[in-house]
Amino acid sequence: MTPSKLPPLATLGPFIALLLACIFFSVQSERFLSAQNFSLILQQIMVVGVIAIGQTLIILTAGIDLSCGMVMALGGIVMTKFAADYGLSAPLAIACGMAVTMLFGLVNGLLVTRIKLPPFIVTLGTLNIAFAITQLYSQSQTVTDIPAGMSLLGNTFLLGQSPIAYGVLLMLALYVATWLWLRETAPGRHIYAVGNNPEATRLTGIGTERVLLGVYVLAGLFYGIAAMLSVARTGAGDPNAGQTENLDAITAVVLGGTSLFGGRGMLLGTLVGAVIVGVFRNGLTLMGVSSVYQVLATGILVILAVATDQMSRKGVR
Amino acid sequence: MSTQPQIVMQAKGLVKRYGQVTALDGADFELRAGEILAVIGDNGAGKSSLIKCLSGATIPDEGEILLDGQAIHFRSPMDARKSGIETVYQDLAVAPAMTIAENLFMGRELLRPGFFGQFLRLLDKKKMLAESISRMNDLKVGIRSMTQPVETLSGGQRQCVAVARAAAFAQHVVIMDEPTAALGVKEGNMVLELIRRVRDKGLPVVLISHNMPHVFEVADRIHIARLGKRAAVVNPKHISMSDTVAVMTGAKSAADLPEEAHA
Amino acid sequence: MKKLTAILALSALAVAAGSARAAEPVIGLITKTDSNPFFVKMKEGAQAEGSRLGARVITGSGKTDGDNAGQITAMENMMAAGAKTILIAPSDARAIIPAIKKAQQQGVMVIALDSPTDPASAVDGVFATDNYKAGQLIGQYAKAALAGKKPVIAAMDLLPGHPVGAQRHNGFLQGFGLPSLEASSNALARPAEVACMADTFGDAAKAQTAMENCLQKNPAINLVYTINEPAAAGAYKAVKAAGKEKDVVIVSVDGGCAGVRDVGAGVISATAQQYPLKMAAMGVAAGVEYAKSGKKVSGYTDTGVALIAARPQPGVQSLDVKTGTELCWGKK
Repeated sequence: MTPSKLPPLATLGPFIALLLACIFFSVQSERFLSAQNFSLILQQIMVVGVIAIGQTLIILTAGIDLSCGMVMALGGIVMTKFAADYGLSAPLAIACGMAVTMLFGLVNGLLVTRIKLPPFIVTLGTLNIAFAITQLYSQSQTVTDIPAGMSLLGNTFLLGQSPIAYGVLLMLALYVATWLWLRETAPGRHIYAVGNNPEATRLTGIGTERVLLGVYVLAGLFYGIAAMLSVARTGAGDPNAGQTENLDAITAVVLGGTSLFGGRGMLLGTLVGAVIVGVFRNGLTLMGVSSVYQVLATGILVILAVATDQMSRKGVR
Repeated sequence: MSTQPQIVMQAKGLVKRYGQVTALDGADFELRAGEILAVIGDNGAGKSSLIKCLSGATIPDEGEILLDGQAIHFRSPMDARKSGIETVYQDLAVAPAMTIAENLFMGRELLRPGFFGQFLRLLDKKKMLAESISRMNDLKVGIRSMTQPVETLSGGQRQCVAVARAAAFAQHVVIMDEPTAALGVKEGNMVLELIRRVRDKGLPVVLISHNMPHVFEVADRIHIARLGKRAAVVNPKHISMSDTVAVMTGAKSAADLPEEAHA
Repeated sequence: MKKLTAILALSALAVAAGSARAAEPVIGLITKTDSNPFFVKMKEGAQAEGSRLGARVITGSGKTDGDNAGQITAMENMMAAGAKTILIAPSDARAIIPAIKKAQQQGVMVIALDSPTDPASAVDGVFATDNYKAGQLIGQYAKAALAGKKPVIAAMDLLPGHPVGAQRHNGFLQGFGLPSLEASSNALARPAEVACMADTFGDAAKAQTAMENCLQKNPAINLVYTINEPAAAGAYKAVKAAGKEKDVVIVSVDGGCAGVRDVGAGVISATAQQYPLKMAAMGVAAGVEYAKSGKKVSGYTDTGVALIAARPQPGVQSLDVKTGTELCWGKK
């Protein structure tokens, strides 16, 4: 019942791009095509991947969140410092971190819905505020003495020969659950509706403000989960984390085919987008090519992704 | 003994001021069962304000509105909807990227029974699809697939979707704002045909339009608004288009019209 | 009437305080960023020395590593606030020079901290770590530690074209005895023994990803040069996850207390320690002297770099972890 006749290029595009990239790198380096390498790539993108889930929801409502990476870093610092300074148990400290990230989401949402400020402006402000709070609270020091429980999700188990990280499983589960929620539930469809035509949704009785507020708070929750994964992976609370994840998350959403104008896009595309960036970074390192080319490649891909999206829609209108 | 026409909706002495401007100056209104009532009037005649009061988008400063004899006080369009009045807005209020079925049920989605529906709010997509198909068939709207996005439809077809949505959920009144504007001849006729079918199903229709030929083709009665009041209500079968326009612009007054022109 | 008296009294007090302030020398400290703990400690050192010597230290920085414009703005603001000495850790060794010249024309003494300008003569004095020497020390240590094994090297660098990153990297290779570039070069040498090179921006998470990919490329890597200790910590995580922590030697530069702890814990085999607090203190002292007597500093003063290692190697002089901890900068 969800659009069945979506222009094929828009949905398949990201998958095709990923496939082509994988073929290219397998040819360039014989160490690329292995289950172990792919497991590695998934671990490397799991933090950005979870942040991008929240970002996708916001972009679906025709909004944007420039503060995502910084809020995640703040969450990481809060959870590690609460555990290190106050001796809180890992689950409790993690919950506190998530509470803080959700609070920031709430602030973003209220500024967008009540004060009616554009999301770009709001999150530009909260981005700086979150960064400053993180630096001040942590005194720019990395928090290293964290309880063992916080590193659990970074640990791996063996599936056959390849190590799989628990955190990756969590990320994949979150993607599937959120994807289903967006497709199959009323609130999920309302998010698409609000992004596609906010005036229409208002007139049909859907609480547009409530939907938007909910989306920003939910995104905050995902940033908190990403913070937990970031701490688990690096084994520390880093006040300078998340700075590249800010734009990387938006890049993943765009590469995945979600329109920045809202109302269109597939969540699983975002996952593909995040994987594409990870594949390029991994593949280029295996080839011995400078990381500057990875940045160049990402830029070209983004342009191609948006252009393809635009072109495939021209036929429809 | 003539049977008194049943009055579905009525308004008496509506007044609405916006600052210095008086949009409605003691306007009256009457909608009878089973009819298509066209509301026409020049710009500034107060017809949009009148419709907004009836659909709950505006609260009148003075006057009363009765629905089936009961006084009602709408504070929002949602209140009007709950009372069984559906409105088809000029810009259609559809989400173009979503399917016809999704748009039909937007805001009123059918949920799965039990825990899945109540708690998780999972949609009953099969049921919504079946319902959409049956309602569209009911109104003889010839769109084949309910799962295609609305943006793939022509302007006339989109209008039909919006009308069908209103007709599907309305219990008392359907209000339509300029439904044939921006449509070509063929598509416009398609929509007019649909409007007739809505009336034939037993729902009275209030139709706002600037398109006089369309109005004359489909309306049972015509409410002429002028200077914030109701200038006259005429019977299109017994009055010419030019006379109607004359009353609208004030060149002629209602008193100048012959007896049978009034309705 | 009472109110007026109070206001007058307060104003007089303020003026007196202001003029008292005007008597103490104003010294500006501009770091590269606000968030790097190295510079946070440098600021603390400068302020501590300032209150000890009776000088007012105002601080500022660029927004990110490489933000030259931000440093120029800070410099202008500090001079407007009355700073007669500017201490700066330049983000861009060349682009900052016109601004320095302008300051010097107004009688301001400018001292470079942590790394020199290019040319070094553009400033009145330099108090810096010899980053090339720092690299050489850990290179020499690494050679001894590998004890004749063929080196398969991964380089966790800073970012392309950065002088500090280049000096440490090239110094490391030179100290190891491999073909390298001289201290003045900004390019990164890449002899055949370097199996993998990656940019980490000095960030632990990025270094972890880069090291994972490097190990994937060449599992036989046995020596990792890292630009700083956070990068080393990240690289170690990747090495440990691959089960190779016993086979890989990781060396680094910085000597922060967290890094020295990592040396003690076996995460880092050796680190070249530098002394930001010393740089800052020397800079502040020079500023006070200039304000008092008008005497400027000159030349390049090496604030020292020492090798800290848990396991000393024959032929390479190093300090033990205990000494390293006493001298370290950061949260002890």
